[in-house]
Amino acid sequence: MNAPRPVKLEAKAVRLAFYNERMKRQLPVLGGIDLSVHEGELVAIVGPSGCGKSTFLAAVDGLVKLTGGEIVVDGKAVTAPGPDRAMVFQQDSLFPWRTVSRNVMYGLELQNRLSKAQIRERAAALVDLVGLSGFAEHYPHELSGGMRQRVNIARALATDPELLLLDEPFAALDAQTREFMQVELLKILSRAGKTALFVTHQIDEAIFLANRVAVFSARPARIKEVIAIDLPAQRSLEVKFQPRFRELQDHIWRLIYEESASGGMAMAG
Amino acid sequence: MTVTPADDDLIPASDDAGAPAAVASRWKRNENFVLGTLAVIAFLLFWECSVLFGWINPLFTSSPSRIWAAGYEMFRDGSIYPDLAVSAEEFVLGYGLAVIVGVPLGILMGWYSRLNAVLDPFVNALYATPRIALMPLIIIWFGIDLSAKIAIIFLSTVFPILVNTMTGVRTMERDFVKVARSFGASDGQLFKTVALPSSVPNLLTGLRLGLGHALIGIVVGEMYGASAGIGFMMQTAGATFQTDKVMVGILIIAAAGMSLTQVLKMIEARFDVWRPDHHV
Repeated sequence: MNAPRPVKLEAKAVRLAFYNERMKRQLPVLGGIDLSVHEGELVAIVGPSGCGKSTFLAAVDGLVKLTGGEIVVDGKAVTAPGPDRAMVFQQDSLFPWRTVSRNVMYGLELQNRLSKAQIRERAAALVDLVGLSGFAEHYPHELSGGMRQRVNIARALATDPELLLLDEPFAALDAQTREFMQVELLKILSRAGKTALFVTHQIDEAIFLANRVAVFSARPARIKEVIAIDLPAQRSLEVKFQPRFRELQDHIWRLIYEESASGGMAMAG
Repeated sequence: MTVTPADDDLIPASDDAGAPAAVASRWKRNENFVLGTLAVIAFLLFWECSVLFGWINPLFTSSPSRIWAAGYEMFRDGSIYPDLAVSAEEFVLGYGLAVIVGVPLGILMGWYSRLNAVLDPFVNALYATPRIALMPLIIIWFGIDLSAKIAIIFLSTVFPILVNTMTGVRTMERDFVKVARSFGASDGQLFKTVALPSSVPNLLTGLRLGLGHALIGIVVGEMYGASAGIGFMMQTAGATFQTDKVMVGILIIAAAGMSLTQVLKMIEARFDVWRPDHHV
């Protein structure tokens, strides 16, 4: 395959437990995650629902504290959110009182390292990059779901992060828009040259987008298997009809199904 | 002749099919306004005629023409201006003070849960009590001059403003907090970029509710004990059976309430640009 590239993100035995008020005890969510992501790579995370995929992403972003292990980005341990990482949230997370361009400027305004003119210039360039030229002065409620997710991606790219974290960004879109946005995301990422970690509950989305797919086990989550996606690097939607795509889909579906079943039994017992 | 749709605005509709349609659509647009105006005119006519034909005694009801004459006279000889000035001063000072205290305190109580815990019992108790009930106490503390009126208007107004502002800050969306934190926002930045803007709609609602309470405060405060003001004028006119003058006072208060509410609605409309579902 590709020549080995430097490691961008390394998760070492990451453990995380939340205190559950009702059950009055620690509830383990992540049970020792080991995962590395190389520069320029897109790694997708799938797993049974409620397994802690999004929690892992929040941990990489620095929004939640680990109870064990360590997350290292570019050789530095993550303790809090930082400009080297940016999160693309679900669509409701755009600020409704800010226009498209002011939503995109948000991260840069907080950082306060560029001048106002530079921030405006960069926001305009990003609005163009995600294909929203002409909508810069619109408010989020005036946009379609797909357009809002483009703004969301632009907002995350604005601070020029090393690592882009995407938390089920297309979950709320209809099937057609979602496929379209998947193709668009690959274009945007290759133009921006970013490394990305993508959480989804859709197996076909994971295979289509990713260089590798990490399958999480049921809670407390561990990596059950990491599958290298040996499909052509230049993806178009036709790839979904290839027999190899179907094989990968089948394989991952079985892995998740096993986990959902055992998770269910564990809960019953 | 043939008229293309694009020319519709420029060429007056001259063919017969177009004219009734235009009249119909104009009627549709203005239907509510026309019906409302007609109803008011009919009511005023009925009122005037009832007095004219001796069905009712104008000593109790006055009549539109008498109210108009009384109002005209009060403005012409200038006897109303001192009362207007006093009431306006009370309103500006009482309402202004309520905004100056209510908005920041509401924001602080929404932001710091400890402060909220300490002040909540007092705010709750006072908000639930009709502030008019405090009037005897206020007279004891402030007498019957300007400061008593400012106090009652302030107390009437400050709680709706405070409570609504606080609710706005406390109910800010958790997702927005997460976004701000993810971009590395400090507490101050989170406050400025998320808490403040998301509390604006509630704050404006509080200001509008406070307005109504302030007008009640003016009238009741002045009726309780005063030497000038619109409420005082109405009280003395009422005690001497000058129904026309009482009615003029009512109209002035109503007009003030409606126009101030309109101003606040226009301010709210500015924020409706990003709130498509919240038209008042």
